[in-house]
Amino acid sequence: MTRVLVVDDHQLFRAGVRSELADRVELVGEAASVEEAVALIERLEPDVVLLDVHMPDGGGVEVLRRAGASAHFLALSVSDAAEDVIAVIRAGARGYVTKSISGAELADAIERVEQGDAVFSPRLAGFVLDAFAGEPPAPADADLDQLTPREREVLRHLARGYLYKEIALRLGISVKTVEAHVSAVLRKLQLSNRHQLSRWAAERRLD
Amino acid sequence: MSARPAPVLRRDPAHRVLGGVCAGIARQVGVDPLVVRIAFVAAAFAGGLGFVLYAVAWVLIPADGEARAARVPRLAGRGAVEVALGVGLLVLALLLTFRALGLWLTDGVVWPVVLVAAGGALLWRESVGRPPQPEEPEPRPERPAAVVSRTGLGVALVIGAGVAFLGATNALSGARDVVLSVLVVALVLVIVFAPWILRLARSLAAERSERIRSEERAELAAHLHDSVLQTLALVQQRAGDPRAVAALARRQERELRAWLAQRPGTEATHLAAALEAAAVEVERDHGVPVEVVVVGDAELDERSRALAAAAREAMVNAAKFGGGSAVDVFAEVLDHEVQVYVRDRGPGFELAGVPEDRRGVRESILGRMARHGGRAAVHSAPGQGTEVELAVPR
Repeated sequence: MTRVLVVDDHQLFRAGVRSELADRVELVGEAASVEEAVALIERLEPDVVLLDVHMPDGGGVEVLRRAGASAHFLALSVSDAAEDVIAVIRAGARGYVTKSISGAELADAIERVEQGDAVFSPRLAGFVLDAFAGEPPAPADADLDQLTPREREVLRHLARGYLYKEIALRLGISVKTVEAHVSAVLRKLQLSNRHQLSRWAAERRLD
Repeated sequence: MSARPAPVLRRDPAHRVLGGVCAGIARQVGVDPLVVRIAFVAAAFAGGLGFVLYAVAWVLIPADGEARAARVPRLAGRGAVEVALGVGLLVLALLLTFRALGLWLTDGVVWPVVLVAAGGALLWRESVGRPPQPEEPEPRPERPAAVVSRTGLGVALVIGAGVAFLGATNALSGARDVVLSVLVVALVLVIVFAPWILRLARSLAAERSERIRSEERAELAAHLHDSVLQTLALVQQRAGDPRAVAALARRQERELRAWLAQRPGTEATHLAAALEAAAVEVERDHGVPVEVVVVGDAELDERSRALAAAAREAMVNAAKFGGGSAVDVFAEVLDHEVQVYVRDRGPGFELAGVPEDRRGVRESILGRMARHGGRAAVHSAPGQGTEVELAVPR
């Protein structure tokens, strides 16, 4: 079973996640602060870290900055602010889901992140479409600063609430190809220098 | 003429010889106009003072009744300066003529009086020259700089007249010491009290910002009380009904988030806000979560209003027939059109076997879109949920 660490400063929420996921994944620990999270990630070496975007002492971005290389991260938050979500993705999280997600969907997302795939909730897909809307900046790195029409199409379907296999069916491609498109979008999101992304990153001292 | 004196001094054009000044004054004071006229004529021979006073009075004292309403609009800008210069030169010429003819008091009296008259005219124009006249449209407000410079000029003229008079009568030599000591005392007072006055001003500013802060706190407390605390109370009451509790929590979350983002939830002026508002309503009415994702945003016009209304219909449908599954709403504002997708994961249906009442709703969505030059389509199949696709051109 996938070994999961839950990082969230709300005790009630951690308890909720525990009861939802108890028989689907192996919960190895819980952390309520950035310090605890960094220490536990080092000690327990979990496969996946469920990461709250907002925490009193720095939030998910700070955890990723200090321990980002040692596990796969899935951001989990009530926060709808685009810059917060984009910031944790750019800091290294492989996906973002909102806390209203059901237990089964969350387990599914954890599994996918563990396999190295990206997990885009409809909301994150919308944010990414927004961030990549309009013309790319003048000295454009065409590969990184723009989405391909196909990637855009996949994101649109994600935002419309379609699952990977449904998207594959509709677009006449394999699920693997859908996953590849989403991973490509994630890579662009993390590496592109589009000014919206850079601005958000700069505000959080990521670059 | 009326036995009742006018409440304020007015010229009386009905009994005028020239401008009605004497008649007006006589009416005000309650004597025969002839007396006033004789006084003015006498003053005119005393170095032309009568002329000057009469002219000033003519300009300053408004006339009675219709004459007042029909008053020509006051000149402004260059025109006013030119007229003033012309009148001034004419008066000067007249005065010099009298002086040459010997009809003159002394220089020490006449020139100061002329200066006082001119300066006084400027000052009074500010205070009494603008009687309230509600039937007239409000005159364009003058630039403050113009008013200040005119006032300053008037004050300077009057003071100059005073000094000239004192100088001419040799009364200044004694006053110089007094002026000097007054100036020194004033300077000392300023130096002594300036820090205190500054501190007072600063503490007033601090107090004001503190008051603003506490008002904000009070507003925040009031809002939390009306929203979050009420919802928490409702949640406690309905703890046995998880669906109702979830719906309450979601609604409160949306509302609080909108409030924090300072997005006015009541009057939607943009598409995103309109869709959010519709989603909140549908959630509340049907107890089904509705997730809205909007890419880009546009101000609502007739078309996008229709789009939002059709999307709301689609949300209601999805909530009713979607078997309680979550509803996903995705809107994208593109260059050429605005698209909205409303999707549920319910049982779905064969389009051919749609019941009549549902077809009717669908017609209303399709019809509404068609009327606004847009399009609408419903995609569904048994077991695969339903998606309504809406679009209007921009």
